[in-house]
Amino acid sequence: MKTHKTIQKYFAVLLSSLLLIAGGVSAQAVDQSTPDGLIKTVVSEVMASVKSDPEIQKGNIPRIVDLVEKKIVPYTDMRRTTEMAMGPNWKKATPEQQTQLISEFKNLLIRTYSGALSQLRDQTIQFKPLRAAPDDKEVVVKTVVIGRGDPIPLDYRLEKTSNGWKVYDMNIMGVWLVEAYRNQFANQISQNGVEGLVKFLQDRNKQLAAAKPAN
Amino acid sequence: MQWLAKCKRLVLLGLVAGMVGCASIPAGVEPSPHDPWEPFNRSVFEFNEGLDAYLLKPVVAGYRFVLPEFVRDGIYNFFSNYSDIYTALQNLLQGKPDYAFSDLMRVVVNTTFGLGGLIDMATPGGLPKHKEDWGQTFGVWGIPSGPYVVLPFFGPSNVRDTFGTAADMESDYLFRLLPDVALRNSITGLRVVNARNTYYEAGDLLDGAAIDKYSFMRDAYIQRREYQINEGREDREPLMPVYENPYE
Repeated sequence: MKTHKTIQKYFAVLLSSLLLIAGGVSAQAVDQSTPDGLIKTVVSEVMASVKSDPEIQKGNIPRIVDLVEKKIVPYTDMRRTTEMAMGPNWKKATPEQQTQLISEFKNLLIRTYSGALSQLRDQTIQFKPLRAAPDDKEVVVKTVVIGRGDPIPLDYRLEKTSNGWKVYDMNIMGVWLVEAYRNQFANQISQNGVEGLVKFLQDRNKQLAAAKPAN
Repeated sequence: MQWLAKCKRLVLLGLVAGMVGCASIPAGVEPSPHDPWEPFNRSVFEFNEGLDAYLLKPVVAGYRFVLPEFVRDGIYNFFSNYSDIYTALQNLLQGKPDYAFSDLMRVVVNTTFGLGGLIDMATPGGLPKHKEDWGQTFGVWGIPSGPYVVLPFFGPSNVRDTFGTAADMESDYLFRLLPDVALRNSITGLRVVNARNTYYEAGDLLDGAAIDKYSFMRDAYIQRREYQINEGREDREPLMPVYENPYE
Protein backbone atom coordinates (compact mmCIF):
# COMPACT_ATOMS: atom_id res chain seq x y z
CA MET A 1 0.00 0.00 0.00
CA LYS A 2 2.70 2.38 1.05
CA THR A 3 4.89 1.86 -1.98
CA HIS A 4 1.83 2.25 -4.16
CA LYS A 5 1.20 5.68 -2.68
CA THR A 6 4.85 6.67 -3.04
CA ILE A 7 4.78 5.74 -6.71
CA GLN A 8 1.59 7.71 -7.18
CA LYS A 9 3.16 10.71 -5.52
CA TYR A 10 6.25 10.35 -7.67
CA PHE A 11 4.18 10.41 -10.82
CA ALA A 12 2.19 13.36 -9.58
CA VAL A 13 5.38 15.34 -9.02
CA LEU A 14 6.78 14.27 -12.37
CA LEU A 15 3.58 15.23 -14.14
CA SER A 16 3.35 18.62 -12.47
CA SER A 17 6.96 19.45 -13.25
CA LEU A 18 6.36 18.50 -16.88
CA LEU A 19 3.34 20.75 -16.92
CA LEU A 20 5.45 23.50 -15.38
CA ILE A 21 8.04 23.17 -18.13
CA ALA A 22 5.34 23.15 -20.78
CA GLY A 23 3.80 26.21 -19.13
CA GLY A 24 7.15 27.97 -19.12
CA VAL A 25 7.59 27.34 -22.83
CA SER A 26 4.14 28.28 -24.04
CA ALA A 27 3.21 30.67 -21.20
CA GLN A 28 -0.38 29.57 -21.71
CA ALA A 29 -0.77 27.33 -18.71
CA VAL A 30 -2.79 29.82 -16.67
CA ASP A 31 -6.04 28.12 -15.89
CA GLN A 32 -8.80 30.62 -16.61
CA SER A 33 -11.66 28.18 -16.29
CA THR A 34 -12.27 28.84 -12.59
CA PRO A 35 -11.88 32.25 -10.91
CA ASP A 36 -10.00 30.98 -7.86
CA GLY A 37 -7.78 28.81 -10.03
CA LEU A 38 -6.90 31.87 -12.11
CA ILE A 39 -6.02 34.03 -9.11
CA LYS A 40 -3.95 31.25 -7.54
CA THR A 41 -1.90 30.70 -10.66
CA VAL A 42 -1.36 34.37 -11.43
CA VAL A 43 -0.46 35.25 -7.84
CA SER A 44 2.00 32.41 -7.43
CA GLU A 45 3.63 33.14 -10.79
CA VAL A 46 4.03 36.82 -9.94
CA MET A 47 5.46 36.02 -6.52
CA ALA A 48 7.91 33.53 -7.96
CA SER A 49 9.04 36.09 -10.56
CA VAL A 50 9.56 38.82 -7.96
CA LYS A 51 11.46 36.54 -5.61
CA SER A 52 13.79 35.28 -8.32
CA ASP A 53 14.54 38.69 -9.82
CA PRO A 54 16.96 40.88 -7.81
CA GLU A 55 16.36 43.78 -10.20
CA ILE A 56 12.67 43.88 -9.31
CA GLN A 57 13.52 43.67 -5.62
CA LYS A 58 15.77 46.69 -6.05
CA GLY A 59 12.77 48.58 -7.41
CA ASN A 60 13.66 48.59 -11.11
CA ILE A 61 10.43 50.15 -12.38
CA PRO A 62 10.65 49.19 -16.09
CA ARG A 63 11.21 45.58 -15.04
CA ILE A 64 8.21 45.63 -12.73
CA VAL A 65 6.02 47.27 -15.37
CA ASP A 66 7.11 44.58 -17.80
CA LEU A 67 6.19 41.85 -15.32
CA VAL A 68 2.78 43.39 -14.66
CA GLU A 69 2.07 43.81 -18.37
CA LYS A 70 2.95 40.17 -19.10
CA LYS A 71 1.63 38.33 -16.06
CA ILE A 72 -1.24 40.41 -14.67
CA VAL A 73 -2.75 42.68 -17.33
CA PRO A 74 -3.90 39.81 -19.63
CA TYR A 75 -6.21 38.61 -16.84
CA THR A 76 -7.76 41.98 -16.10
CA ASP A 77 -10.48 43.94 -17.83
CA MET A 78 -9.21 47.51 -17.53
CA ARG A 79 -11.97 48.75 -19.80
CA ARG A 80 -14.62 47.56 -17.36
CA THR A 81 -12.61 48.94 -14.42
CA THR A 82 -12.39 52.37 -16.04
CA GLU A 83 -16.05 52.36 -17.08
CA MET A 84 -17.18 51.58 -13.55
CA ALA A 85 -14.91 54.20 -12.03
CA MET A 86 -16.22 56.79 -14.51
CA GLY A 87 -19.88 55.90 -14.01
CA PRO A 88 -22.32 58.15 -15.91
CA ASN A 89 -19.41 60.35 -17.05
CA TRP A 90 -18.16 57.55 -19.28
CA LYS A 91 -20.62 58.49 -22.01
CA LYS A 92 -19.39 62.09 -21.98
CA ALA A 93 -15.97 60.92 -23.12
CA THR A 94 -15.20 60.59 -26.83
CA PRO A 95 -13.94 57.18 -28.01
CA GLU A 96 -10.37 58.60 -28.15
CA GLN A 97 -10.71 59.95 -24.63
CA GLN A 98 -12.03 56.58 -23.48
CA THR A 99 -8.98 54.83 -24.90
CA GLN A 100 -6.71 57.42 -23.27
CA LEU A 101 -8.46 57.07 -19.93
CA ILE A 102 -8.15 53.28 -19.94
CA SER A 103 -4.45 53.38 -20.68
CA GLU A 104 -3.63 56.26 -18.30
CA PHE A 105 -5.64 54.74 -15.45
CA LYS A 106 -3.91 51.43 -16.03
CA ASN A 107 -0.52 53.14 -15.93
CA LEU A 108 -1.42 55.01 -12.74
CA LEU A 109 -2.37 51.75 -11.04
CA ILE A 110 0.78 49.98 -12.25
CA ARG A 111 2.98 52.88 -11.13
CA THR A 112 1.44 53.16 -7.70
CA TYR A 113 1.49 49.45 -6.99
CA SER A 114 4.87 48.66 -8.49
CA GLY A 115 6.50 49.83 -5.26
CA ALA A 116 4.40 47.36 -3.27
CA LEU A 117 5.30 44.53 -5.68
CA SER A 118 9.03 45.16 -5.22
CA GLN A 119 8.51 44.70 -1.47
CA LEU A 120 7.40 41.08 -1.86
CA ARG A 121 9.83 38.84 0.05
CA ASP A 122 8.76 36.22 2.55
CA GLN A 123 5.01 36.85 2.32
CA THR A 124 2.62 33.97 1.89
CA ILE A 125 -0.85 34.17 0.40
CA GLN A 126 -3.74 32.46 2.07
CA PHE A 127 -6.73 31.65 -0.13
CA LYS A 128 -10.15 31.64 1.46
CA PRO A 129 -12.70 29.10 0.23
CA LEU A 130 -14.65 30.38 -2.76
CA ARG A 131 -18.30 30.99 -2.07
CA ALA A 132 -20.05 30.97 -5.41
CA ALA A 133 -22.59 29.01 -7.37
CA PRO A 134 -21.32 27.21 -10.50
CA ASP A 135 -23.38 29.44 -12.81
CA ASP A 136 -22.30 32.76 -11.25
CA LYS A 137 -21.09 35.35 -13.72
CA GLU A 138 -19.44 37.46 -11.02
CA VAL A 139 -17.44 36.25 -8.04
CA VAL A 140 -15.13 37.56 -5.34
CA VAL A 141 -11.95 35.62 -4.62
CA LYS A 142 -10.71 36.41 -1.13
CA THR A 143 -7.09 36.18 -0.09
CA VAL A 144 -4.95 37.37 2.80
CA VAL A 145 -1.33 38.44 2.44
CA ILE A 146 0.59 37.25 5.47
CA GLY A 147 4.02 38.65 6.11
CA ARG A 148 5.61 41.14 8.41
CA GLY A 149 3.12 43.28 10.22
CA ASP A 150 -0.62 42.91 10.10
CA PRO A 151 -2.20 40.52 7.60
CA ILE A 152 -3.54 42.39 4.58
CA PRO A 153 -6.89 41.28 3.16
CA LEU A 154 -6.72 41.37 -0.63
CA ASP A 155 -9.85 40.44 -2.59
CA TYR A 156 -10.40 40.24 -6.33
CA ARG A 157 -13.69 40.80 -8.09
CA LEU A 158 -13.98 38.86 -11.32
CA GLU A 159 -16.43 38.57 -14.18
CA LYS A 160 -16.90 35.76 -16.65
CA THR A 161 -16.19 36.92 -20.18
CA SER A 162 -16.00 35.09 -23.47
CA ASN A 163 -12.22 35.03 -22.92
CA GLY A 164 -12.43 33.43 -19.49
CA TRP A 165 -12.48 35.05 -16.06
CA LYS A 166 -11.14 38.59 -15.79
CA VAL A 167 -10.39 40.73 -12.74
CA TYR A 168 -12.01 44.17 -12.83
CA ASP A 169 -11.86 45.36 -9.22
CA MET A 170 -9.68 44.77 -6.20
CA ASN A 171 -10.22 45.25 -2.50
CA ILE A 172 -7.19 46.21 -0.43
CA MET A 173 -7.68 46.20 3.33
CA GLY A 174 -11.39 46.78 2.95
CA VAL A 175 -11.28 49.39 0.20
CA TRP A 176 -12.56 48.67 -3.30
CA LEU A 177 -10.39 50.31 -5.91
CA VAL A 178 -13.21 51.34 -8.25
CA GLU A 179 -15.27 52.72 -5.38
CA ALA A 180 -12.29 54.73 -4.15
CA TYR A 181 -11.73 56.30 -7.57
CA ARG A 182 -15.34 57.14 -8.39
CA ASN A 183 -15.42 60.41 -6.45
CA GLN A 184 -11.88 61.23 -7.55
CA PHE A 185 -12.86 61.00 -11.20
CA ALA A 186 -16.25 62.70 -10.80
CA ASN A 187 -14.72 65.68 -8.98
CA GLN A 188 -11.95 66.13 -11.48
CA ILE A 189 -14.48 66.00 -14.33
CA SER A 190 -16.84 68.53 -12.73
CA GLN A 191 -13.86 70.85 -12.22
CA ASN A 192 -12.04 70.47 -15.53
CA GLY A 193 -14.10 68.19 -17.74
CA VAL A 194 -13.13 64.82 -19.20
CA GLU A 195 -10.26 66.59 -20.97
CA GLY A 196 -9.00 67.80 -17.58
CA LEU A 197 -9.07 64.29 -16.11
CA VAL A 198 -7.12 62.86 -19.05
CA LYS A 199 -4.54 65.62 -18.70
CA PHE A 200 -4.32 65.17 -14.93
CA LEU A 201 -3.66 61.44 -15.28
CA GLN A 202 -1.08 62.02 -18.02
CA ASP A 203 0.77 64.59 -15.91
CA ARG A 204 0.66 62.43 -12.80
CA ASN A 205 2.02 59.42 -14.69
CA LYS A 206 4.87 61.48 -16.12
CA GLN A 207 5.63 62.76 -12.63
CA LEU A 208 5.62 59.24 -11.18
CA ALA A 209 7.80 57.95 -14.01
CA ALA A 210 10.36 60.67 -13.33
CA ALA A 211 10.38 60.10 -9.55
CA LYS A 212 12.95 57.79 -8.05
CA PRO A 213 11.73 54.49 -6.59
CA ALA A 214 10.90 54.70 -2.90
CA ASN A 215 13.48 52.18 -1.75
CA MET B 1 9.80 69.43 31.89
CA GLN B 2 9.48 73.07 30.94
CA TRP B 3 10.22 72.34 27.30
CA LEU B 4 7.35 69.92 27.30
CA ALA B 5 4.95 72.64 28.42
CA LYS B 6 6.38 74.89 25.72
CA CYS B 7 5.95 72.16 23.14
CA LYS B 8 2.35 71.70 24.14
CA ARG B 9 1.68 75.41 23.81
CA LEU B 10 3.31 75.44 20.38
CA VAL B 11 1.23 72.53 19.16
CA LEU B 12 -1.92 74.15 20.50
CA LEU B 13 -1.02 77.36 18.69
CA GLY B 14 -0.56 75.50 15.43
CA LEU B 15 -3.85 73.75 15.96
CA VAL B 16 -5.73 76.98 16.52
CA ALA B 17 -4.07 78.54 13.48
CA GLY B 18 -5.10 75.53 11.44
CA MET B 19 -8.70 75.75 12.61
CA VAL B 20 -9.06 79.48 12.13
CA GLY B 21 -7.79 79.28 8.58
CA CYS B 22 -10.74 77.09 7.66
CA ALA B 23 -9.88 75.54 4.30
CA SER B 24 -12.59 75.85 1.70
CA ILE B 25 -13.78 73.02 -0.51
CA PRO B 26 -12.13 73.24 -3.92
CA ALA B 27 -14.57 74.53 -6.55
CA GLY B 28 -16.47 71.82 -8.37
CA VAL B 29 -16.03 69.20 -5.64
CA GLU B 30 -19.27 67.38 -5.01
CA PRO B 31 -20.15 67.55 -1.32
CA SER B 32 -20.29 64.06 0.18
CA PRO B 33 -23.37 63.11 2.20
CA HIS B 34 -21.02 61.52 4.76
CA ASP B 35 -19.02 64.70 5.23
CA PRO B 36 -21.16 67.71 6.18
CA TRP B 37 -18.24 69.31 8.05
CA GLU B 38 -15.90 69.21 5.07
CA PRO B 39 -14.47 72.77 5.31
CA PHE B 40 -13.51 72.19 8.96
CA ASN B 41 -12.23 68.68 8.23
CA ARG B 42 -10.11 69.92 5.36
CA SER B 43 -8.39 72.46 7.59
CA VAL B 44 -7.59 69.83 10.24
CA PHE B 45 -6.39 67.57 7.42
CA GLU B 46 -4.01 70.33 6.26
CA PHE B 47 -2.75 70.71 9.82
CA ASN B 48 -2.13 66.96 10.11
CA GLU B 49 -0.39 66.89 6.74
CA GLY B 50 1.95 69.66 7.86
CA LEU B 51 2.61 67.97 11.17
CA ASP B 52 3.39 64.74 9.37
CA ALA B 53 5.65 66.28 6.75
CA TYR B 54 7.64 68.48 9.11
CA LEU B 55 7.71 66.46 12.30
CA LEU B 56 6.52 62.87 12.28
CA LYS B 57 7.88 61.69 8.93
CA PRO B 58 11.40 63.09 9.52
CA VAL B 59 11.44 61.50 12.98
CA VAL B 60 10.40 58.16 11.48
CA ALA B 61 13.07 58.52 8.78
CA GLY B 62 15.64 58.94 11.56
CA TYR B 63 14.17 55.94 13.40
CA ARG B 64 14.60 53.84 10.27
CA PHE B 65 18.14 55.11 9.79
CA VAL B 66 19.27 54.45 13.35
CA LEU B 67 17.58 51.15 14.13
CA PRO B 68 18.18 48.02 12.06
CA GLU B 69 15.11 46.32 10.62
CA PHE B 70 15.04 43.43 13.08
CA VAL B 71 14.93 45.85 16.03
CA ARG B 72 12.07 47.80 14.44
CA ASP B 73 10.28 44.50 13.79
CA GLY B 74 10.79 43.54 17.43
CA ILE B 75 9.30 46.84 18.61
CA TYR B 76 6.41 46.44 16.20
CA ASN B 77 5.75 42.88 17.38
CA PHE B 78 5.92 43.88 21.03
CA PHE B 79 3.18 46.51 20.70
CA SER B 80 1.21 44.25 18.39
CA ASN B 81 1.28 41.48 20.98
CA TYR B 82 0.20 43.94 23.65
CA SER B 83 -2.73 45.14 21.55
CA ASP B 84 -3.87 41.53 20.99
CA ILE B 85 -5.04 41.50 24.62
CA TYR B 86 -7.40 44.38 23.81
CA THR B 87 -8.43 42.73 20.58
CA ALA B 88 -9.39 39.59 22.52
CA LEU B 89 -11.50 41.69 24.86
CA GLN B 90 -13.18 43.51 21.95
CA ASN B 91 -13.94 40.24 20.16
CA LEU B 92 -15.59 38.98 23.32
CA LEU B 93 -17.68 42.15 23.50
CA GLN B 94 -18.60 41.70 19.84
CA GLY B 95 -19.88 38.18 20.45
CA LYS B 96 -17.04 36.40 18.69
CA PRO B 97 -15.69 34.10 21.44
CA ASP B 98 -13.81 31.89 18.96
CA TYR B 99 -11.86 34.93 17.73
CA ALA B 100 -11.28 36.07 21.31
CA PHE B 101 -9.91 32.65 22.23
CA SER B 102 -7.60 32.63 19.21
CA ASP B 103 -6.35 36.13 20.13
CA LEU B 104 -5.66 35.02 23.67
CA MET B 105 -3.76 32.00 22.38
CA ARG B 106 -1.70 34.39 20.26
CA VAL B 107 -0.74 36.37 23.34
CA VAL B 108 0.19 33.21 25.23
CA VAL B 109 2.28 31.81 22.36
CA ASN B 110 4.01 35.10 21.54
CA THR B 111 4.71 36.08 25.12
CA THR B 112 6.34 32.73 25.90
CA PHE B 113 7.86 31.27 22.70
CA GLY B 114 8.06 34.71 21.08
CA LEU B 115 10.32 36.10 23.81
CA GLY B 116 7.89 38.45 25.48
CA GLY B 117 6.21 39.39 22.22
CA LEU B 118 9.34 40.41 20.27
CA ILE B 119 8.75 37.68 17.70
CA ASP B 120 5.40 36.79 16.21
CA MET B 121 5.34 33.00 16.42
CA ALA B 122 1.55 32.73 16.36
CA THR B 123 0.96 33.95 12.78
CA PRO B 124 3.13 31.31 11.08
CA GLY B 125 1.72 28.83 13.61
CA GLY B 126 -1.74 29.32 12.13
CA LEU B 127 -3.25 31.88 14.51
CA PRO B 128 -3.95 34.94 12.35
CA LYS B 129 -3.93 38.41 13.86
CA HIS B 130 -7.19 40.30 14.17
CA LYS B 131 -7.37 43.94 15.02
CA GLU B 132 -10.34 45.26 16.90
CA ASP B 133 -11.02 48.50 18.72
CA TRP B 134 -13.88 50.19 20.56
CA GLY B 135 -15.07 51.97 17.41
CA GLN B 136 -15.61 48.61 15.70
CA THR B 137 -17.32 47.17 18.76
CA PHE B 138 -19.70 50.15 18.85
CA GLY B 139 -20.35 49.52 15.17
CA VAL B 140 -21.13 45.85 15.78
CA TRP B 141 -23.54 46.90 18.51
CA GLY B 142 -25.44 48.88 15.90
CA ILE B 143 -24.34 52.41 16.80
CA PRO B 144 -24.28 54.46 13.58
CA SER B 145 -21.02 56.07 12.51
CA GLY B 146 -22.29 59.65 12.34
CA PRO B 147 -20.59 62.20 10.07
CA TYR B 148 -16.97 61.91 9.01
CA VAL B 149 -14.50 63.82 11.19
CA VAL B 150 -10.79 64.47 10.81
CA LEU B 151 -9.24 64.60 14.25
CA PRO B 152 -6.08 66.59 14.90
CA PHE B 153 -3.11 64.19 15.31
CA PHE B 154 -5.28 61.06 14.88
CA GLY B 155 -6.50 61.70 11.35
CA PRO B 156 -9.62 60.22 9.68
CA SER B 157 -12.45 59.30 12.02
CA ASN B 158 -16.17 59.73 12.52
CA VAL B 159 -18.30 60.62 15.50
CA ARG B 160 -18.59 57.02 16.66
CA ASP B 161 -14.90 56.30 16.20
CA THR B 162 -13.98 59.50 18.05
CA PHE B 163 -15.68 58.08 21.11
CA GLY B 164 -14.07 54.75 20.25
CA THR B 165 -10.58 56.26 20.19
CA ALA B 166 -11.23 57.99 23.51
CA ALA B 167 -12.36 54.67 25.02
CA ASP B 168 -9.33 52.91 23.52
CA MET B 169 -6.99 55.34 25.23
CA GLU B 170 -8.92 55.27 28.47
CA SER B 171 -8.69 51.47 28.67
CA ASP B 172 -5.05 51.33 27.58
CA TYR B 173 -2.78 50.36 30.45
CA LEU B 174 0.48 51.59 28.92
CA PHE B 175 -1.03 54.91 27.94
CA ARG B 176 -3.21 55.64 30.93
CA LEU B 177 -2.37 53.63 34.00
CA LEU B 178 1.34 52.92 34.09
CA PRO B 179 2.47 54.71 37.29
CA ASP B 180 5.85 55.98 36.02
CA VAL B 181 4.98 59.11 34.03
CA ALA B 182 8.32 59.54 32.25
CA LEU B 183 8.29 55.90 31.14
CA ARG B 184 4.68 56.21 30.08
CA ASN B 185 5.44 59.23 27.89
CA SER B 186 8.46 57.54 26.31
CA ILE B 187 6.41 54.45 25.53
CA THR B 188 3.67 56.57 23.98
CA GLY B 189 6.25 58.38 21.85
CA LEU B 190 7.72 55.10 20.66
CA ARG B 191 4.27 53.76 19.86
CA VAL B 192 3.46 56.79 17.72
CA VAL B 193 6.72 56.44 15.79
CA ASN B 194 6.18 52.69 15.43
CA ALA B 195 2.64 53.21 14.16
CA ARG B 196 3.73 55.79 11.58
CA ASN B 197 6.60 53.54 10.54
CA THR B 198 4.19 50.82 9.42
CA TYR B 199 2.70 53.29 6.91
CA TYR B 200 6.02 54.69 5.76
CA GLU B 201 5.85 53.30 2.23
CA ALA B 202 2.07 53.22 2.04
CA GLY B 203 2.04 56.99 2.63
CA ASP B 204 4.11 57.63 -0.47
CA LEU B 205 1.91 55.25 -2.43
CA LEU B 206 -1.16 57.24 -1.41
CA ASP B 207 0.40 60.50 -2.61
CA GLY B 208 0.90 58.97 -6.03
CA ALA B 209 -2.47 57.24 -6.28
CA ALA B 210 -4.80 60.02 -5.13
CA ILE B 211 -6.17 62.79 -7.33
CA ASP B 212 -7.44 64.67 -4.28
CA LYS B 213 -5.79 63.16 -1.22
CA TYR B 214 -8.38 64.49 1.23
CA SER B 215 -11.41 62.88 -0.43
CA PHE B 216 -9.43 59.75 -1.35
CA MET B 217 -8.55 59.17 2.30
CA ARG B 218 -12.07 59.95 3.40
CA ASP B 219 -13.75 57.58 0.95
CA ALA B 220 -11.23 54.86 1.78
CA TYR B 221 -11.68 55.33 5.53
CA ILE B 222 -15.48 55.08 5.33
CA GLN B 223 -15.27 51.89 3.24
CA ARG B 224 -12.57 50.34 5.38
CA ARG B 225 -14.36 50.84 8.69
CA GLU B 226 -17.54 49.33 7.30
CA TYR B 227 -15.53 46.34 6.08
CA GLN B 228 -13.76 45.91 9.44
CA ILE B 229 -17.03 45.95 11.34
CA ASN B 230 -18.57 43.28 9.12
CA GLU B 231 -15.58 41.00 8.65
CA GLY B 232 -15.51 37.66 10.41
CA ARG B 233 -19.27 37.58 10.74
CA GLU B 234 -21.10 35.04 8.65
CA ASP B 235 -24.41 36.82 9.16
CA ARG B 236 -23.22 40.20 7.89
CA GLU B 237 -20.98 39.80 4.88
CA PRO B 238 -19.57 43.14 3.75
CA LEU B 239 -21.86 44.65 1.14
CA MET B 240 -20.49 44.72 -2.37
CA PRO B 241 -20.50 48.15 -3.90
CA VAL B 242 -22.97 48.38 -6.77
CA TYR B 243 -21.54 50.30 -9.70
CA GLU B 244 -23.73 52.06 -12.20
CA ASN B 245 -23.10 50.53 -15.56
CA PRO B 246 -22.87 53.40 -18.03
CA TYR B 247 -24.46 51.25 -20.72
CA GLU B 248 -27.60 50.30 -18.84
